[in-house]
Order: sequence, then C-alpha cells, then structure tokens
Amino acid sequence: MTILQKSTSLAAAATVAVATFAGPAAANGGEVNLYSYRQEFLIRPLLDAFTKDSGIKVNVQYVKGGILKRMQAEGEDSAVDAVLTADIATLRQHVEADTFQAVKSDVLAANIPAQYRHPDGKWFGLTVRARVIVHSNARVKPGEITRYEDLTDPKWKGRICTRSSGHVYMKSLLASIIAAKGEDAAQQWASGVKANLARKPQGNDRAQVKAIWQGECDVALINTYYIGAMRHNEAEPVQKEWAAAIDVVFPNQDDRGTHVNISGAGVAKHAKNRANAIRLIEFLSSDKAQSYYAASNYEYPVKPGVEWDPEVASWGKFKADDTDLWKIAELVPQAVLIYDRAGYR
Amino acid sequence: MAAVGDIQGPEWRGRRWRRPRLDAWTVGAVILAVVVASPVLAVFAMALAPDDGVWTHLASTVLPEYLYNTIRLFIGVAVGVLLAGVGPAWLVSMCRFPGRRIFEWALLLPLAVPAYVIAFVYTDLLEYAGPVQIALRELFGWTSARDYWFPDIRSLDGAIAMMSLVFYPYVYLLTRAAFISQSVCLLEASRILGRGPWESFFTVALPLARPAIAAGLSLALMETLADFGTVQYFAVDTFTTGIYRVWLDVNEPAAAQMAATLFVLVLALIWIERRSRRDQRYHQTTTRYRELPGYHLSGWRKWAAVGACAAPIILGFAIPAAVLGDYALANLAGGLDARFATDLWNSLMLAGLAAFVCIAAAVFLAYGVRLNGGRLLAGLTRFASIGYAIPGSVLAVGAVPPLAYLDHAIDAVMEATFDISTGLVFSGTVAALIFAYVVRFMALANGAVDSALTRVTPSMDGAARTLGTGPAGTLWRVHLPLIRGGVLAGATLVFVEVLKELPATILLRPFNFQTLATRAYEYASDERIAEAALPALTIVLAGIIPVIILSRAIRRSRPGHAAGG
Repeated sequence: MTILQKSTSLAAAATVAVATFAGPAAANGGEVNLYSYRQEFLIRPLLDAFTKDSGIKVNVQYVKGGILKRMQAEGEDSAVDAVLTADIATLRQHVEADTFQAVKSDVLAANIPAQYRHPDGKWFGLTVRARVIVHSNARVKPGEITRYEDLTDPKWKGRICTRSSGHVYMKSLLASIIAAKGEDAAQQWASGVKANLARKPQGNDRAQVKAIWQGECDVALINTYYIGAMRHNEAEPVQKEWAAAIDVVFPNQDDRGTHVNISGAGVAKHAKNRANAIRLIEFLSSDKAQSYYAASNYEYPVKPGVEWDPEVASWGKFKADDTDLWKIAELVPQAVLIYDRAGYR
Repeated sequence: MAAVGDIQGPEWRGRRWRRPRLDAWTVGAVILAVVVASPVLAVFAMALAPDDGVWTHLASTVLPEYLYNTIRLFIGVAVGVLLAGVGPAWLVSMCRFPGRRIFEWALLLPLAVPAYVIAFVYTDLLEYAGPVQIALRELFGWTSARDYWFPDIRSLDGAIAMMSLVFYPYVYLLTRAAFISQSVCLLEASRILGRGPWESFFTVALPLARPAIAAGLSLALMETLADFGTVQYFAVDTFTTGIYRVWLDVNEPAAAQMAATLFVLVLALIWIERRSRRDQRYHQTTTRYRELPGYHLSGWRKWAAVGACAAPIILGFAIPAAVLGDYALANLAGGLDARFATDLWNSLMLAGLAAFVCIAAAVFLAYGVRLNGGRLLAGLTRFASIGYAIPGSVLAVGAVPPLAYLDHAIDAVMEATFDISTGLVFSGTVAALIFAYVVRFMALANGAVDSALTRVTPSMDGAARTLGTGPAGTLWRVHLPLIRGGVLAGATLVFVEVLKELPATILLRPFNFQTLATRAYEYASDERIAEAALPALTIVLAGIIPVIILSRAIRRSRPGHAAGG
C-alpha cells in the first residue's frame, strides 16, 4: 500500500509541476518565444545581451526536424514567435509551408543586403559562412586543388573525407553546382567525389579535419567557422593540433566563386509577440550582435561594414558565388535525389 | 508461468467471445486505446497522401541498403542479446559460484545506459585519437593510421556490439524471471530420466522459458528498431534513419509509408512467433516449489561462469561509467550548477509521472479484462501497446496532429460556450511529453501488470466480492497489494526508458525546458564530449537505483519465496 500512497502524493506533486511547467505564460508584452535549429549554448550569450538591452525575455527551444510539422498542426494557436535556422533551405521550407509571415522593417532593410533577405521580409539572413576545401599541409602541395570540380579528379582516389550528404551543408553545395552547371554535371560531380572518398561519410565538419590530422584522408569539405572554433578551442586543446594540420582553400576563385550559405530567421505566421520577434531579429542584425557573431562563432557578418574578427580575416578575402540563395534552396530536394543515385550516403 | 514483461498479454484463445457490454470499463478502455493509438493512426493517415513517385526513386536507390543494414542489425543484435542474456540468467538462477549474488542484480545495470551514450564512449576510447590506439602506437612505434589496421567502431558491427551490450538486460530480466518461476520438479524428472545438466537445460528449461525469451528478445529488437542516435552516429543507414531522412528531405507521405511498412513487418514477426508456439502450452502442472537446485560449480566451470557474467557488466556498464565519470569529474566545477539541478528534476519528474500514468492505465485495462473478459477488451489492451513498435522519432511526429487536434477542439468548445480562447492546452507542455511517453512505453507497463494479475487466482476476487467489497475496492485492497511486484517492474522499465528517451522529448517539450538527455545530446552532437559527460552519467546513475529495486522484486517473485527474504 505504501507504494500506492507514494504514487498518490507523486500525482499531487505532478499536478503542481504540470501547472508550473505548462509552457510559456501567456504573452505579457515582455517575452518572445523562439525555436532554434542552432544549439542553445551557441546563441545564449547573444539572447542574454538582447534581454539586457530590451527587457524582453527570450524563451528558447532547440529543435530538429519535425518542428515545421508542429507549427503547421498547431496553426494559429502556435506559441512560437520566431525561428532561427542554420541554413537557407530550412528557411525556404518554412516559407513554402506558410509558417512565416511577411515583415516590413526599415532597420532590417538597412542592415541586411537585399540578396540575403526575402523581398517581402519572410526571412532574413543573419550570418554568412563559406564552404571551403581544406587539405593536409603535409601531404598536399599548395595550389594542387583549387576548385570543387577538382575533387572528382582520380588523383584524389581514397583521399577525400566529407560529412554525410544528408546534411544540409552538403545538399546546398550540390544545389549550387546544379545551379551553375546543370543536373547532369552535378550527378557526375557527386558520383566522382563518391568514388574518391577515403571512408564512408560520417561525423560533422570538425571530424573531417580530425581525419586529415590522423592521416585517414588528405582533403575535406568544411564550413569556415569550424576552423576558428578549432584553432581557439581551449576546452579541448587537441583540436588546435587538428586545425594546425590543414591549409584552407577558397574554391573556384577564378570562376563562379566559393559557395556560401547563411544562418537566418523568420517571424512565425501566428506570432503572438510579433513586435518583440521583430525587435529580436533587428537586434541580431545590429552592429553589436553582428560583431559578436563574428568574434565568438567565427562567422562572416551579413551587415556590410562590420569588421571581421582577426581570425576570420586571417583566412583572407574571397569571391563568393553570387547565385541567388533562394534558387539554391529550391534545388536542394533535387540534390538529395542526385546523392541517392550516386550512392553517396 | 507468464513472464514479468510478456508484452503480448495473456493468451485469450479459448476465452469465449461475449457481446461487449457498454459499461464504464469497456468505454474507458476503448477511449484509452484510441487515444494511445492515435499517433500510430496519424502516421498511417499521412501515408495515404500521394508520394509523387518517390517510392520508385527510393526503391531503386537507397531502400535496398536500408533493408540490408536493418536485417543484419536485427540478426546481429538478436544473437548478441541471447548470448549475453540467456546464459547468465541460467547461471545466476541455477548455479552457485563466486559473486553470484552480485551478478544477479549487476547484470541489469547496462539497462540504465542509453545506447547513444555507450556509442560515443566507445568511439572516444577506440578511435584513432583515443587512449587505446595511442597506447598501441607507442608500444609498436607506429606513426599514423596508415601503419596498421584497427577495427572501425563506427560501423554496422560496432552498432551491433553497442546495442547488444545495452539491450541484453531485457532478455536477461525476463528469462531469469521465467527460470526462477519454473518448478524444479520438471528439471528433477529430466535428470532422473538420465539427462545431464546441459541436456536438461536445452531440452527442458530453455523450451519452458521460450515465451519469456521471445518477449525479452522482442523488447530488445523493438529498442534496436527505435534506435536513432547510435546508428546515426556510426553512419549506418537503417530503415529508421532512412524514414527520418526521407521525412525531412524528400516527402512526408513516402516517409509515412516506409514507417507503416515497417510497422506491419514488425507485427507480422510478432504474430509468427506467437503462432509458432500456438499449439504448445507452457504451464506448470504442479504447485510444488522448492529451493532451486543450485549446482555448485568448481574448477574451470566456476571461472567460466564468473567470466560469462562479468563480461557484459564490465563492457556494458563499468567501462562506460568509468569513462563518463572521468570526464565528469574533470568538468565538475563547470557542470554542477543550478541548471544541472533543474535538468535533473525535469528528468525525474517526467520519468516518475510517465511511469505512474502508464501503470495506472495498464492496471485499468488489465482489471477491465479480468472483470469483463471478452475478446474486445483483450484486443484493445493489445492495441494500446502498439506504440512500442514504431521508432520514437516517427512516433514523435505522429503525436503532433492528435495533440493539436485536441487543443483546437478544446479551444473551439471554450470559445463557443464561454467566449474564452484557451490556445494550446497540451501542445508544448509537460502533458504532451507524458502523452508521447505513454504511447511509446505503454507496452512495458501492460505486459508487467497483465502477467502479474493473471497469476492471481480468481477465487480471490470471489472471496472479496462475497465479503461485500465492490470491484474497485477489490482492486485496491486485494489485487494491488498482490501484484505489487509486477507493478514495480513495469514502473521501473518505463521510468528508466523515459530517462533515456530523446526524439519525442526534443520535439514536444516546452520552451526553456531541458532534461539530462536533451542536454547530453546537445553537447554530444557538437562533439563536446567532456561537457556531455555529466548529464549522461547522471542518467545512468538515476537509472541504477530503480534497476536494483527491480532485481530484488524479481527474486521475491518466486512462488514460495519466504516473505521478506
């Protein structure tokens, strides 16, 4: 019987708990509810700075796939006000699923160049990152590889590492190749790189650099900010050694330029705290937040004129592929099918 | 003879079909079963939408690989959990050797280790930059990965090993309970008729325990099926990761169709297993119980037994716990803060609440069947268990539409009658999480409660009712005290599973809400193992205590076991 008595009191305690934890309180003017595809610890300092500036509390839920479904199903009852993503394709999915609303803001229009935001204000780019080639500085000579297309050269057989093609960074890179050279060329590229892989695609971008360091492969594709994150990793200093094993190449400087992607945000269609959500995004596009992104996450600020972090600047200036990101996002589903056909996991 | 967690429930064959009565039990059971099954139904509904020919593309490209990996994973894990589960269960139940009393409960410990945690611990140990390979390089003077061969832990075989190590306790748990409840008489008869101990084991004890072994195996395989984190981390594409990928990248109906196909396959497997022993009965024919024989092992046999029991514990628990402990200690100052306390409370609160709700629902259903009998109720009880056959990541998405539907309905009613908009009552609250957990883990509670209740002789009910106690009073004052062991076993399994659960928690939780599992996952997915260690270790530690309680409950469950012993 004692178990049951305990259970009863547990149930009573639970009722209290449910009441306490039953989601965010109704909007009292001082809140904004955020779904973030970026890990909370990456953006928390920035959100705290926003709260300090504005007095608006930010409630966050770190999310993965499935959240779009939830926003659609919950419809106008949805509690979310804004969504942060790590790439353009996810922004496009949200716009197409009609879970974002149009926002007109002079601040955002002034801070963010037109190519990095939706014409009607349904999404806004907040940072830029480039997808670059890195290679072993011991086993590959400078200048030996200069273009994404070089990765299909048979001389790299058994020497290339990448993360899984299921990741959005790999998908949008292939989408940019479809945009530049058409579907057939993209198919050949995917099959060609697949044929040169040293191992089954696995791990995140950092893991590819580690693989170069340990001699498993010589060439990899990664996003730029990982370089800074590894070179300055005080928590796990061994990562400094990984980063010291590589040279960075910005591909395709003599033709279309290096593929770039953005992290961005949109205001939820049924946002209850719409004004606060806009204020948050405006804050994220401000000089202060932009230089924080640049300094702490080693990303390129989207706002012109904001100084690059010295680490970021040390990689040098580069020519970015100026293909419309919206177009690239549109081609992402096609890229998935191409990877499948190439057997590129 | 029913096992502690036989997820299939009692055999209701032979029970006569009666016209269902429209009483509170039946109505309640119908509602409960429909609610619990609603996410599965939602997945089937999504599967009905047109898939734009994606199936053809999938079938000609990735599906064969998914299928091949899934089947190999299934076979590998099945062999692994049987090896690590059945042998030790027999040894600790029937033999005497050093450390037996400790092994008895310690063999359950890996149950508390989430599969994704053991995966990243062993990767950390065995990868190129890990201590094992560093030591080997120093020993032999190798300088790079090109100088030698070392098995790649991040592979299909690695995944099989990891899952076998943490899922075998399901087999061990149920098999041991079956061995314990076997009458010694049958074994004695076998020995008298000239069979040796090995032959008796294979021809008498093992077949007798088959329903329990099958139940344990199916639990382990359902967990294998549901696993997302390990195979994802090890870059092994299975049906489960495939469904998720198709869902996000390609198209929802195609993914739902894959999930539905998988679901039907699983049901078919369960059905085949049950059918294959349809004409066999595994009842004890005697109520004579004596102390289990306790063969004394000596010489090499003794040490072989110790080795067979120690290996799964060391590999599945001691090593992961030590590695996590090492990292956690180094990072303790940064990790033990108010946030950690909140995560811990959230995890315990969710697990406790889910266990309570699951058990309450299971008792309700099982007692309804007992009172009213009939195929309808028994069938509904089983229907309420089907969530376990759907991978958690799929179920999480499937739970979204029913929750939203309910919220919209409540909102509409409130608006129409009181002119108040209630917004979201369940979605994005703890209630939504509890709902998902109940759907997913109801099978565990159902099996445990059901088999415990079946063992209570119906004359108890008769006596209580004759003495003037109503059905509810009989349940409260007679049955619940009698089935305490089963209730405890079911509650423990649900509790531990909820502590480890990830996909539904990530998708359905409230804002600013973290559990130990989500925190560990966030860090681990960014390769920040050191920071992930403390929450991961805490999940393991929080799971150990109920596991030990469970083990004691099983020992006491043996018929004729002295009270309090």
